Order: sequence, then C-alpha cells, then structure tokens
Amino acid sequence: MWSWVLHRITGVAIFFFLLVHILDTALVRVSPEAYNAVISQYQTPIMGLGEVALVGAIVFHAFNGLRIIAIDFWNAKYQRVLFYVVIGLWVVTMLAFVPRHLINVFSH
Amino acid sequence: MSTPTLEKPPAVPEEIQSFTVTLSVRRFVPETDEEPHWENYDVQMYATDRILDALHKIKWEQDGSLSFRRSCAHGICGSDAMRINGRNRLACKTLIKDLDITKPVTVEAIKGLPLEKDLIVDMEPFYASYREVQPFLVANSKPKDGKERIQTVAERERFDDTTKCILCAACTSSCPIFWTDGQYFGPAAIVNAHRFIFDSRDENAAVRLDILNDKEGVWRCRTTFNCTEACPRGIQVTQAIAEVKQAIMRGKP
Repeated sequence: MWSWVLHRITGVAIFFFLLVHILDTALVRVSPEAYNAVISQYQTPIMGLGEVALVGAIVFHAFNGLRIIAIDFWNAKYQRVLFYVVIGLWVVTMLAFVPRHLINVFSH
Repeated sequence: MSTPTLEKPPAVPEEIQSFTVTLSVRRFVPETDEEPHWENYDVQMYATDRILDALHKIKWEQDGSLSFRRSCAHGICGSDAMRINGRNRLACKTLIKDLDITKPVTVEAIKGLPLEKDLIVDMEPFYASYREVQPFLVANSKPKDGKERIQTVAERERFDDTTKCILCAACTSSCPIFWTDGQYFGPAAIVNAHRFIFDSRDENAAVRLDILNDKEGVWRCRTTFNCTEACPRGIQVTQAIAEVKQAIMRGKP
C-alpha cells in the first residue's frame, strides 16, 4: 500500500512542478526581464533544498513506475522484493546526487 | 512388596489463563443514530478465542442489540468479513493471541459499501459486479466423444488459485480505488472472472475479457496490493488481475 501512496503523492507533486515549470519557461516570451528575475529567485538555498525534494520525488516515481510495469507485464509475486529494490535504488541515486547538489547550492 | 500408593493427589488441570480484552466496536443503529459511534466492551477471553467469540459474548451477555453477520464460523461461508484493527479480516479466523490486547481492539464494518447497521453492510453492489462477469461455466459445444469435458492437471492448475474465493468482500472493500469509485468492478469480481477465463472448458472468455476491458474494469487497478493482503483465503488477487490485463492485451486467455 505504501508504494501506491508514495506513487500518488510524488505523482501529484511532479504534476504541480511541471505546471509551474511550464509557466515560468513561458514567461520568457512575455518579458525576458521578468523571466530573469524569476530564475534568479530559483538560485536561492531554499529553492536548492526544494530541488532535492523534487529530484527525490522524480527518482522514486520513475523507479516505482518500472516496478509497476514489471508487475503488470511480468509477475506480481515479487512485488514486495521489487519495492525494496526501488527503495535501495532510490537511496543509491540520492546519495550520489544530494552531496554534489548541495555543494553547488551552498558554494555559489 | 509394598502396595503402590498415591503419593501426590491427582494434578488439578492448570487453569487456562484468560485475558480481559477491550473491543471498540463502531456501532450504528439507523433508527436512532445519525452518525456511527464507537462503543467499548470488556470481555473475558482465552488466547485461542476468536474475535467472533468476543462478538458473541457481547451480543449474548452484554448488549443484545449488536448486529453482525456470521454463519459457518469456520472461514468458509464468508459472512463475517470486517475491519479489525484497521485490516479487513474474517472475525472467525482472527485469534485473540494474534492481536495486541494492551490497547482496545477496533472492530468496524467493511468500507466502501453502504452501512446498514452496526457491522452489517449492503452487499448488493458487490454481488451486482460479481453477476456482471458471468461467474458460471459457458460451454455450448458438445463434449468430445463422451459425456465429460476432460481437463489435464496443468489446465486445472491454471486457475486453481482463484477457485478459492468465498465472496466475503474483504478484498473489494480494502481497495482504495473502490472506496472512491463504487462503479469499479472490484478485485472479487475480477478474481471470479479469472476463474472462468482461464478454464479450458469454458467458451466465453472473450465476452468476459470484453466486459472487463472497460473504464471501470481491470484498468482501474493501481496495484495497491491491499486486496492480496486482505484475502483470508490467501488468493494472489493482484496477480490474477494482472493476468486478466495481459489476457485483454493479447486478446485471448
């Protein structure tokens, strides 16, 4: 059940990110100055931490999506094991990403 | 030679330890209550007693107005599915020793179906989806030379898991999709369709696959696995749903 709950929450979160992302990118057509002002807001440490959450959500959603494809097209028997594999891959990916990202965020 | 004498008095059988268990039951009487409410009952229970015994004790000794369904009391009829400590189980298969009795044990009706009284829900929407998938053998052709439709062991094995269903609704009423969308066929109907779709003697698999290839059919399943965990018969429900999905995509069982 928790895999499904997390999949829903991360899915909705990614949807709202994409909505905002399309809006801010479209802003460049309206006014390049406004676009630059928005983008410079994104380079604050708070947004840097938000990016950690965003990448965490996307990585989980991606790996768990592959797990669901495996359940539907291959075999549902190993769903629990696969869920732990998803968590494991998530931890490994985040360990590789988070330190490097935070160094970038806090050193500029 | 001395006569054997009884040195010790015959051992009195040790008294079996009993426990006071608090049951928190979600009560609802449609004639007087506007909203369901929780009521606590203390019952003296043995570790090997079941939640059904506790409910009997309450009904017979404390409050005769408590209403619940039960019939065989041995996990076969599927009447007494209820939500015990937040999980769908059969009251007759849930032993006191398997529960944490330091806290009150919560007992409520299964979710997603209209509540009628106390632990009783209206099962009609559940049975309606069951009827819709044609849960019976359809074989219009003449059996090959003889009276029987012969099946190999392997062919019988193919749908063995889904023959175990007792229609208790524990799976369907544990499904978060069914809670919010009562039109969804639900795991139990798909399990019973699976039982005939993969039966080599049946000739109506295509019709059943067509029925389940609906917006409210198998595609509503989001692989939450609540049904598989709830099933008191241990049916691999989500696996069965996945097999039906694959059969629809292939166009044949």
